[in-house]
Amino acid sequence: MSANLLEVETLGKRFGGFVALDGIDLTVAAGERVGLIGPNGSGKSTLVNCLCGALGNYTGAVRFDGRNVGGLSAHQRTRLGMARSFQLPRPFASMTVADNIRVPLVYAVGARSGVHMTNEQIVARSTEMLALVGLADKAGQFPRDLTQVEMRKLELARAMAAEPKLLIADEAMAGLSHSEVEDIVALLIRLNERGITVILIEHIMRAVMTFSQRLVVLVSGKKIADGNPNEVIRNKEVERAYLGQ
Amino acid sequence: MFSPELAVNALVAGVLLGGFYAAVTIGISISFGILDIVNIAHPAFIILGSYIAYILNAQFGIDPIIAAIIALPAFYALGAAIYQVYHVAFEMRGREALSGLAFFFGLLFITEVLLILVFGVDYRYVQASYVDQSINIGFINLPKRMLIPCLISILMFVALQLFLSRTFIGRAITAVAQDQLALRLMAASPTRIKRIAFAISIATASLAGAFLIIIQPVEPSVGREYIGRVFAICVLGGLGSLPGTIIAAMLLGIAESFTSTFYGPSWAPAVSFGILLLTLAFRPAGLLGR
Amino acid sequence: MRSAIFFLIAVVVAAIVFACALAINNDYVFFAGYTVLQFIVLATAWNILGGYTGYVNFGSAAFFALGAYSSVFLHKFYPMPIPVLIIIAAVISGLVGLGMGYLTLRLRGAFFAIATLALAVVLQTLIVNWNYVGGSRGAYVVRPATIAFLGNYVHYLFLLMLGLAVIALTVARTIEHSSLGYGFATIRDDELAAEASGVPTLRLKLIATTISGALMGMAGAPFPYYIGYLQPSSAFGLEYAVNSIAMPIIGGTATWLGPLIGAIVLGSLQQYVTVTISSSVNVLIVGLLLVVFVVIAPNGIVGLVQSILRRRRYERKPA
Repeated sequence: MSANLLEVETLGKRFGGFVALDGIDLTVAAGERVGLIGPNGSGKSTLVNCLCGALGNYTGAVRFDGRNVGGLSAHQRTRLGMARSFQLPRPFASMTVADNIRVPLVYAVGARSGVHMTNEQIVARSTEMLALVGLADKAGQFPRDLTQVEMRKLELARAMAAEPKLLIADEAMAGLSHSEVEDIVALLIRLNERGITVILIEHIMRAVMTFSQRLVVLVSGKKIADGNPNEVIRNKEVERAYLGQ
Repeated sequence: MFSPELAVNALVAGVLLGGFYAAVTIGISISFGILDIVNIAHPAFIILGSYIAYILNAQFGIDPIIAAIIALPAFYALGAAIYQVYHVAFEMRGREALSGLAFFFGLLFITEVLLILVFGVDYRYVQASYVDQSINIGFINLPKRMLIPCLISILMFVALQLFLSRTFIGRAITAVAQDQLALRLMAASPTRIKRIAFAISIATASLAGAFLIIIQPVEPSVGREYIGRVFAICVLGGLGSLPGTIIAAMLLGIAESFTSTFYGPSWAPAVSFGILLLTLAFRPAGLLGR
Repeated sequence: MRSAIFFLIAVVVAAIVFACALAINNDYVFFAGYTVLQFIVLATAWNILGGYTGYVNFGSAAFFALGAYSSVFLHKFYPMPIPVLIIIAAVISGLVGLGMGYLTLRLRGAFFAIATLALAVVLQTLIVNWNYVGGSRGAYVVRPATIAFLGNYVHYLFLLMLGLAVIALTVARTIEHSSLGYGFATIRDDELAAEASGVPTLRLKLIATTISGALMGMAGAPFPYYIGYLQPSSAFGLEYAVNSIAMPIIGGTATWLGPLIGAIVLGSLQQYVTVTISSSVNVLIVGLLLVVFVVIAPNGIVGLVQSILRRRRYERKPA
């Protein structure tokens, strides 16, 4: 039995004639911290969408925790332990910040364990999650009252609240200040120390290099590099992809 | 009882009917297929077009199709105005899903009832030389009142297809469905492009209305039968594909014609709506969908 | 407030309403009241799917007519008391709702809405061509003159519809305050994010469609007895579709209170207009109100009241 939490085998995804992903192979071991980088349009978000079930009709296989997640819908994969944050925050606009966190607590965690959580337990857990990202004092407000940065934090908190084994953070730090980026990186490392495997998709190289034990590079739907972060960034192809030819 | 002559005539009638259905649907192909706006009031605007053609025909003796062309600018303006309200009230607030649908649903009823109050529920006809004539080729019967709308409808399609592929605005309209950001970078305002497109879609209702009243007598609630037909054709043909719309329209026309001929006309409405349900259930991308 | 208490309060209110109606002792009150109560049920049922989950159903008439025609069918086949008919109608309409949902709920909301319209027409065509229930000629259902205990049969129908209204409102409110209600709201707010958060959106949507369809069918079951002569055009009448959408939207789609207010206000208005002006103007007014509200006051009457109250609360706070 392998210790690989995630196995992606020759994943391919087309939109009509456009090939978004071309034979992606990727394995992520339990407890790893993986960084995923690539120019805009390289297929990073498409990859996340395929992994998490938001997109179907892909070729190849995705195995999570030893199990092929092929026919499973997104909510089933979340209950299995995959969670993701969205690149553009998608909060539940008609609910308070605290209630936004309540949803994955009830529908992912609660459903997974089969244990019915009392209201007090839910509120306590929700407050805990919000405190981790520094939003505890905004618990009673609505998403429309939050700043862009606060919405990104809410997005991350909501993904964390699902108590995942694998957390995929899709450009969660865009627009954050230097110290805020450091806070989030520290938070993700702390989560990782608790046993959560994290895939970080980012453009902020400082954060990626600090965080990643392994770096994967995606260009035009193909994986062109996968290994030690310091070696990868010195790879000629990677340089070319970012600096152009 | 099945006979080859009957079947061939049913086929021909179906094709001619399909041509007309294509004209009725082209507006929805633009507003729903390209702009993603669910304008279920479109059939009501077509009936409005029928009545305007009727007035100009009854009062001034103008040929209904000419009347429709005269009315085109007014319909265009109406479409632009409606889009403006839709955009400010719904698109900008992100409430298209529920409120937008309800908005057009309300417009559907308002239009229909206003027509009832002004014109009453009697059937209206138009007078034109070709309404009663037919061309006969062997045993094949080609009624002119179906042939002429079908031919002009195809002309309209060709013109629109050229517009969409050859002119800047036309290409911008196709683009706005796929990538609004890129459009902005090209210094074209997506809102303005969408407004033009929607206005064009309502303008087509003017011509479609003229075709309708040439083909059959019209009274205000006739529009409701067409709601299912236009969406069935639009979905079956694949959203946003003009050639797909024509093919789907022909298929539907033929299916309805055969059902009418061999099973009776009271089953005809079920054909279009049934096809719609089946398409949505099993192949929502349609035949030639994006 | 627990649902059981709400139910009891609703029953008490209904009893008071019935007592008042009896006191006025005018048959018209019962006839008109029945229609308004029917709309309360339809509007509330529509809102469970449309307001709570955001999926618009244009085919309310189909479920209503299913209930009515299942009563006609059973009346010819083997007459039974109306409460039994109501239950059977609930099952049939619920199953059809489930089936239709299963076929179309995987698509976007716009396609679902169009599919509901298609369903209504397909069903209407099937019924029009089915002679056992009268087809296009219509079916006569003789209304008994009296019934045990109450005497007047119309009073009995009114009471039944009162009961259905109480049930519908209690169901809506219970859903609203449960985790099911949360799930529905996430679907309405952002279905993709809901799925990512573990919400089984398809299952919840199917539940909503089934409950909504069942309630609408229940509203339709007594209808043949109320109207005496049932034609497809009256059972599938588009005023049911317009009203079941307009009433919740005008009243307010966020809570159970909205459809209730919308049904009472719009229903009474329509009764007045139909009698004094005409039924076409009726539909015109509903259409106009719908468009006006949707553009200007999308949260309905309830929303307007809430924002007025909120503004007052801010004004009272010291600067």
